[in-house]
Amino acid sequence: MTQPLVLNYLRAKKQFPHVWCPGCGHGVVMGSLIRSIDKLELNKDNVVMVSGIGCSSRMTAYVDFNTLHTLHGRPIAFATGLKLAKPELPVIVITGDGDATAIGGNHFIHAARRNIDLTVILMNNNIYGMTGGQISPTTPYGGRGSTAKIGNPEHPFDICKLAIAAGASFVARSTAYHVPALDRLIQQALENKGFSLVEIFSQCPTYEGKWNKRGDAAAMLKYYKETAVPVASKSRYSEEELKEKFLIGVLHNEPKPEFTSEYEKIIEKYQSQLEMKNMSREKVEDESETKKQNDKTTATED
Amino acid sequence: MPEKAILMQGNEACAEGAIAAGCRFFAGYPITPSTEIAESLSEKLPSVGGKFIQMEDEIGSIGAVLGASVAGLKAMTATSGPGFSLMQEGIGFACMAEIPAVIINVMRGGPSTGLPTKTSQGDIMQARWGTHGDHFLIALIPESVKESFYLTIKAFNLSEKYRVPVILLLDEAIGHMREKIFLPEYSDLLLENRVIPMLPPQWYKPYEVTPDFITPMAPFGTGYRYNITGLTHDEMGFPTSKENEIVANMNKLRDKILRSAGDIVDHEALYTDDANTLVIAYGSGSRSAKEAVEYLRSRRRKVGFFRPITIWPFPEKELAQIIKKVDQVFVVEMNQGQIIDVVRKVECFHKKIFGINRYDGEMITPNQIISKIREAR
Repeated sequence: MTQPLVLNYLRAKKQFPHVWCPGCGHGVVMGSLIRSIDKLELNKDNVVMVSGIGCSSRMTAYVDFNTLHTLHGRPIAFATGLKLAKPELPVIVITGDGDATAIGGNHFIHAARRNIDLTVILMNNNIYGMTGGQISPTTPYGGRGSTAKIGNPEHPFDICKLAIAAGASFVARSTAYHVPALDRLIQQALENKGFSLVEIFSQCPTYEGKWNKRGDAAAMLKYYKETAVPVASKSRYSEEELKEKFLIGVLHNEPKPEFTSEYEKIIEKYQSQLEMKNMSREKVEDESETKKQNDKTTATED
Repeated sequence: MPEKAILMQGNEACAEGAIAAGCRFFAGYPITPSTEIAESLSEKLPSVGGKFIQMEDEIGSIGAVLGASVAGLKAMTATSGPGFSLMQEGIGFACMAEIPAVIINVMRGGPSTGLPTKTSQGDIMQARWGTHGDHFLIALIPESVKESFYLTIKAFNLSEKYRVPVILLLDEAIGHMREKIFLPEYSDLLLENRVIPMLPPQWYKPYEVTPDFITPMAPFGTGYRYNITGLTHDEMGFPTSKENEIVANMNKLRDKILRSAGDIVDHEALYTDDANTLVIAYGSGSRSAKEAVEYLRSRRRKVGFFRPITIWPFPEKELAQIIKKVDQVFVVEMNQGQIIDVVRKVECFHKKIFGINRYDGEMITPNQIISKIREAR
């Protein structure tokens, strides 16, 4: 069953093999995203996928949609223009922890604030993989990378909390291990009308694993399995225990007016104002009493 | 309806020109002295069913503009020096991915925060070489409110036709000056729209090297599922590192502009038939230069005038024809001398070339130009 689905959504001819290392979690996320799009029966001709720069952002070249591989940190900015220009198209942003929260942090929080209808699929591997393992804004305090060889002196972002504080209407988290749950979360995110974030912990055995002695991909997936706490079972753990864990599932779901639909109302208001203006101009131009009367009635009907 | 006369500011004329040209998307960030363009379009665009968005910064603004253009709308932004600096990575992306867009830069004094409320022509070279790597784009520079209106339309036309970002450089003096202009009937204007593919999607090559180097552009969501990237790409729009494909990509970006320079380039020349002295000026400086030339002509000095309207690509051939007949050349600029180097290149260093420069934030005056020309005698 997997085979025909993949053939249906991947650009098989030109773009393989892909750039992702053996054991990388990003391919799992791509599979999950494809299944979700298929499940929701979104038309491939309409789906727009915008990505930035980094390992995760290379996904756009592999999938058979309208794909826009932009600049480092800017996919949300490009996606904002695209969505506002054609609100009828579903726009998915593919990004990573560095792309979205370091160089692109400003666009990330402001798109969340606007609650523009974008679905952001953020693969968080706590490291810059494409440039060779430098620390990122989500590298834990004390974590290692090629630019913090004896430990990160900085503190990391909690990206989901950041998105919630900035005003995102749907925020969820999963991992490359919890695949069926991830499928469901991406579907929910795609269905939400507003800014939706799905943060996925996606292992990087090549750099994050190596620098932090976390073992191979299987060991890293096992860590996700053992450390993740579904939101529903949060109450089973004490505050102290939760400090060592992370929550997965829907962390925030609060629908509110969406930006592009709000903008449609602005257009309507300006256009009806313009109509009124034109009508009153006609009124002035036309001296006849009866015409005046007619215009008044149409104006009140409006 | 006949033409109607309106008193209008240069910035407003750009906004009106954009609407007339069919622009239906604007993204921008407030910055003096260009803000009136955004303020004006925040009302004009929704009134015609277009979209306006105030972004979080200029990097986001150019990103949103390019996103909207990929969706099929004619899109633009407006800014000034510091914002123009931030937009350079997006301008490079537009060059590489061949996305039409218009960027208005109302020039103020620089570098850095410089002189936000004063006039300058300091960004001429930045418009040409602001973004990294070999690249080709178009830049236009108006000298009046009327020309701001028409060059905004021309900027959209060139951008759509050649799939290239077009930069419109106003000086603060032009942006904030008010003049009477006659607006034409918009339905009479000649507008260019990007060519869209007629082939069925499976045959579409989004970056195919065509005889005129211009490839039809399919808006997203119209059945042509393809890839756009800022990476060096092949004809299908996929990243490449093969030598022949890299060279084909780079040459296409160059040749679509250079081979059509005759169509793109525009200039104005006055009194050049018998001139032994040539004054070159552009933007607001040309207003003073023209007055100086008229004065010197009335004193029987054989002075000619040349004004590039398209500043990039520079009208080199057109200037070369005129410059070979004169003995000396004066280049009037409201900067420390940027176009003078281009003039030297055209002229091959055989003649006396003098710069007449002003960069204290004020307009260059006719008297300043006249006295410099007299001194040089």
